[in-house]
Amino acid sequence: MKQPLILPGLGILKGMAVTARNMIGSYYGRKRLHTISYPEERLALPENSRNFPFLVYDGDDPEGGLRCTACRMCEKECPPQVIYIKPERDENGKLTKHPTVFDIDLNACMSCQICVEVCPFESIKMDSAFEYAAYEHFESLVLHKSDLAKSNTYYHGIKPTEATAVDANLEAERQRKAEAAAKKEAALKAKQAAAAANAAAKETPPTSDTDASD
Amino acid sequence: MNSLFEIIAFLLIGSLTLGAAVAAVGLRDTVHCGLSLAVVFVGVAGLYLLLDAEFIGFIQLLVYVGAVAVLVMFVILITRPEDGVIQQPDRRRQKLPGALIAAGIFLVTYGAIMQSPSLRRDVPEPAALSIRAVGEALVSGHLLPLMAIGVLLTTALIGAALFAMEGEDGK
Amino acid sequence: MLPTETHPQTQRNRPALNFAARRPWSTLALLIAAVLVVGAGVLFLLNLKAPGLLTGAVVAAMGDPGQAPLILKAGLLHYLETAWSCAPWMLELTSIFIVIGTLLSVFGVIFALTSLVERKMLARIQNRFGPNRAGPWGLFQPLADAIKMLTKEDIVPTGADKVLHLLAPITMLVPALLVLAILPYGPGMVPVELGVGILFFFALGATTEVGVFMAGWGSNNKYSLLGAMRSIAQMISYEIPLFLAALAVVMLSGSLSPDAIVSAQDGYVFSFVPHWFVFTPWGFAGFLLFFTAALAESNRSPFDLPEGESELVAGHMTEYSGFKYAVFFMAEYIGLFAICGFAVTLFLGGWHAPLPWLEWIPGYLWFFIKLYALVLLAIWVRGTVPRMRGDHLMGFAWKFMIPMGFAVILAAAVWHYAGGGVPGWLASAVIVLMPYLALGRVVAIQYPASRRVYRFSES
Repeated sequence: MKQPLILPGLGILKGMAVTARNMIGSYYGRKRLHTISYPEERLALPENSRNFPFLVYDGDDPEGGLRCTACRMCEKECPPQVIYIKPERDENGKLTKHPTVFDIDLNACMSCQICVEVCPFESIKMDSAFEYAAYEHFESLVLHKSDLAKSNTYYHGIKPTEATAVDANLEAERQRKAEAAAKKEAALKAKQAAAAANAAAKETPPTSDTDASD
Repeated sequence: MNSLFEIIAFLLIGSLTLGAAVAAVGLRDTVHCGLSLAVVFVGVAGLYLLLDAEFIGFIQLLVYVGAVAVLVMFVILITRPEDGVIQQPDRRRQKLPGALIAAGIFLVTYGAIMQSPSLRRDVPEPAALSIRAVGEALVSGHLLPLMAIGVLLTTALIGAALFAMEGEDGK
Repeated sequence: MLPTETHPQTQRNRPALNFAARRPWSTLALLIAAVLVVGAGVLFLLNLKAPGLLTGAVVAAMGDPGQAPLILKAGLLHYLETAWSCAPWMLELTSIFIVIGTLLSVFGVIFALTSLVERKMLARIQNRFGPNRAGPWGLFQPLADAIKMLTKEDIVPTGADKVLHLLAPITMLVPALLVLAILPYGPGMVPVELGVGILFFFALGATTEVGVFMAGWGSNNKYSLLGAMRSIAQMISYEIPLFLAALAVVMLSGSLSPDAIVSAQDGYVFSFVPHWFVFTPWGFAGFLLFFTAALAESNRSPFDLPEGESELVAGHMTEYSGFKYAVFFMAEYIGLFAICGFAVTLFLGGWHAPLPWLEWIPGYLWFFIKLYALVLLAIWVRGTVPRMRGDHLMGFAWKFMIPMGFAVILAAAVWHYAGGGVPGWLASAVIVLMPYLALGRVVAIQYPASRRVYRFSES
């Protein structure tokens, strides 16, 4: 049986050709150079990436447009209990649907997204920002309402598909509510008209021969 | 002897060698003793170099420090007791007789060396040994010892290989 | 920002950074400016004392650039003798110190440069940038490494043998530095002219093994000891092919002195092929043998089993931190330079130029160009091949390289005694090729590279 000629060292030469091609090719274009010079360049994160939560506000006003109603569902459901909410009360002590304090402690947040899942108002969503490095724990890594409130435009910027779906949901919700309100309004009006007609019918005595029909 | 440098160098290398030799027999930890032995070999190589015997000096380094010292270290590692210190029996009563014997041997050796003809100034210095002369002597006049050394080395190599192989078979 | 109520917090202060940490670039600029100012001051004072010394020496060196370092040194010594009337012994001492200083500074700079070039080259092979933060293209990275090594805590394990632990890096560095003294860097530029230079080199290589043992033993660490044992076994196994390849060269040049070996490679065949030993069949095989054994002697990939980071942490260097580790690092690199310098001397013609019309480049530059080409080759090989397994490594040395070494000696003898005609060259080539192919088959059969069979898998 004819055995192939074994030339020791040829494999290494082939390998060295490959590495030489790699080395020289790395100076000509990105195909052979996969790293980027962070922080001067940054890679675009995929849409599904998530890091820590943020609060969404519609429009331009971070306080007025805030979707959060301080219902405290996320605070109750958060497994490491990193959310701290204090709802706002007006002068009579009645709850307004707005939080005074909304803190999230990034030291312990585990990015589980449960707060997002349970929020009934689509007001807390996951952000993909990750550059939170700080020199100490408590001043910089506890985010307050002003740090957390980011606009819906920003949300569209980082997660377009999700944001569009959320907007569609909210719009549908609004329409449903509007329709329900309109129906209720109409029903109320009809009821009022019927009641008025009844009252009017009760007041005027029934006439027999007057030509009231016109 | 010769220039100041040579005398200073001889004193330094000699004292280093002697000190290392004393340490090689006197230290408690056997690994230290082995390494002091390596220093002794280096010192002896230095003395050879002082005597202008370059070839022998470097062969001394190559063979003794490079091979024999390493071998000695391996042997010490394999045969040392648990804490590295070999238990010495009590030798305090032997100090005086030991000193006397050492002094006697020193006097005898001193006398023999001082009476040797090679110390006389009037004898002309032998020609420096050239490596070419060594090589030519080995392959012409001293061919038989060269072949014998070759056979000896081959036998040693085969023996070592056999020894290692037998261990593998479990025998 | 709207006022918000916050958690009760503790006030923590940021750590106070010193000037150098707050303004690193300004600090560096200040340091460089200080060095330049001091250097300029020294040169100015020197010029005041001996006007025309430097320019005179420089102009004299222009006449023959190949001898520039010698002329500069001779000029300085002459000046010392005449202007300051130094005694001859002091002149000799100054001469020695000039040579030592030049060697150490040149090789120090090359060492720093190589540590950076290796990282950048390996990185480019691995599709990434190397260090590029410490300066433009990472040029200050060696400086950053030096500062890091100097400021690290020097930890000596409690159970370690303090004397051995301290002496081991020194025992490894000193032989490497000593070998640099016998290499011929240019015509007439050998720092120490030894008649038995080759023997000196091998003797010091053998001494390095004792240093490795001291490091491994003195660390009181089983990984260190294992690494040291493996390293010593590897080094003594690969010393033999090193000797055999060098022996062929010594045989043919008739002398153990590196200067004589370089002189034997003088001249050109056919007036453009240099007379280097690497261009002969036995020389080519011998060079490959020598280079491979050199990689093994320096514990470099693919022979870096003793330092296999995935297996032995750092082998015999595990318990070393800070400056001692820097000394080991330096010993390894300078050992590589020394052995590559030897390969250049033995096989690549030392300081001779490769082509007659390139002889205007001075000899010492050619030496360093060739040396650096070999170092780059070593880095290239490191980036290419994985680590060799222990038994493969030893099998390769004893079963392939030593028989090849004997074949190289035989081929060299045949080439010499055939007188230089074509039959001699052919016979020599055949004597080298046959064992190469035969042994290749032996080694390949012993360690077949076959598809792995998984006994318990379904497919």
